Amino acid sequence: MSAHQPTAAERFLQGIIPENPIYRQLLGLCPTLAVTNGMRAAMTMAGATAFVLICASVLTSLIRGLLKPHLRILVFTLTIAAFVTIADRFLAAYMYAMSKQLGPYIPLIIVNCIIISRCEVCSSKQGVFTAAADAGGVSLGFALALASIATVREILGAGTWFGLRVMPAVWPDWVVMVLPPGAFLTLGLLLGGANWIRAAREKRRGASRAA
Amino acid sequence: MSGWRDLRSGWLVLALALFFGAALAGVHRLLAARIAANVLHETLSQIPALVPGADGGAPVDIRGRTVYRAEAAGRTLGWVVPSGGQGFADRIDLLIGLDADGSTLTGLYILGQKETPGLGNKIIEEPWRGQFRGKSTGQPLVVKKGDPSSGNEIRSVTGATISAESVCGIVNQTVAEMQAALAQATREEPDR
Repeated sequence: MSAHQPTAAERFLQGIIPENPIYRQLLGLCPTLAVTNGMRAAMTMAGATAFVLICASVLTSLIRGLLKPHLRILVFTLTIAAFVTIADRFLAAYMYAMSKQLGPYIPLIIVNCIIISRCEVCSSKQGVFTAAADAGGVSLGFALALASIATVREILGAGTWFGLRVMPAVWPDWVVMVLPPGAFLTLGLLLGGANWIRAAREKRRGASRAA
Repeated sequence: MSGWRDLRSGWLVLALALFFGAALAGVHRLLAARIAANVLHETLSQIPALVPGADGGAPVDIRGRTVYRAEAAGRTLGWVVPSGGQGFADRIDLLIGLDADGSTLTGLYILGQKETPGLGNKIIEEPWRGQFRGKSTGQPLVVKKGDPSSGNEIRSVTGATISAESVCGIVNQTVAEMQAALAQATREEPDR
């Protein structure tokens, strides 16, 4: 184990913006592109992913002393798959229409790289509290990223936000924004914007250091 | 023996598999009834669309499977038969609408599927599943790439032939199994 491991607070804060799973790590892009045509679907996905990520991280951290290096990925996958199945059944029981709308994307949380990467990077190496804080931060970062993309797409594409009309009646809904091309356009532009802000801040920091 | 060594290093995987298996069985016990109620509610709400003119329906057991009698003013207008089978990605569950004597398909609804988004999941859309409406059950339906030319042909789904053929296969098999029994059940109604 390395000498320095980030603390729980560092892990939590890192996951939200500085190491945002979408904007900084570019992980989990499949659900990001697929279910962000509306806020309801996006937030359901964010909630289901947060549940799986937090539960899988806590459990992985609890059994981290028993993990064998060559079997760890198998254990991660098994753990994640069990919690995804619970989330899938729960949605089918209590949010049936949403469960049908999201279709295969809920079972596909199993292959969301954000979750297995947190098991590998943090929860298989650090204590339960740190693992839970890390999972919470990353979940929040994922939810914020999905919300930013879904907000742009739903408002421009359907004129609504969470299904409520927010644009004036004269707004001609840009249907392309809720279709697959809109996902790529929005993600590309927002990613470019995030990188531009980051580059500008680093440049300012560099300039103030030089002065 | 290498077998024992494998077992010693892999015991955690086995123990977790058993533990998660038991946990999922518990979740299923808790939620299965609620999920079944959701599916039943959706099935009943689809009956008027699947058998035109029907204002509701009730479950009946025919030949050991549950079907729905589509009724208007107490008379049988047709039948809605739940069925399912293997699709491309996972199981496909259908509701098949038939007229009273089972000779014509009156509608098709996809109750559950996990086919490829953008390709196979086009089977849930009205332009594709609407093709089944009005088809005779006299001969099995076949999937055709391109425009259908004869009465028993169904247009395929571009890039998802397997999904289209699965749906057609399930419909054909269900009709073959149930048509005679449904026609008989209609004839045996007291007010006919």
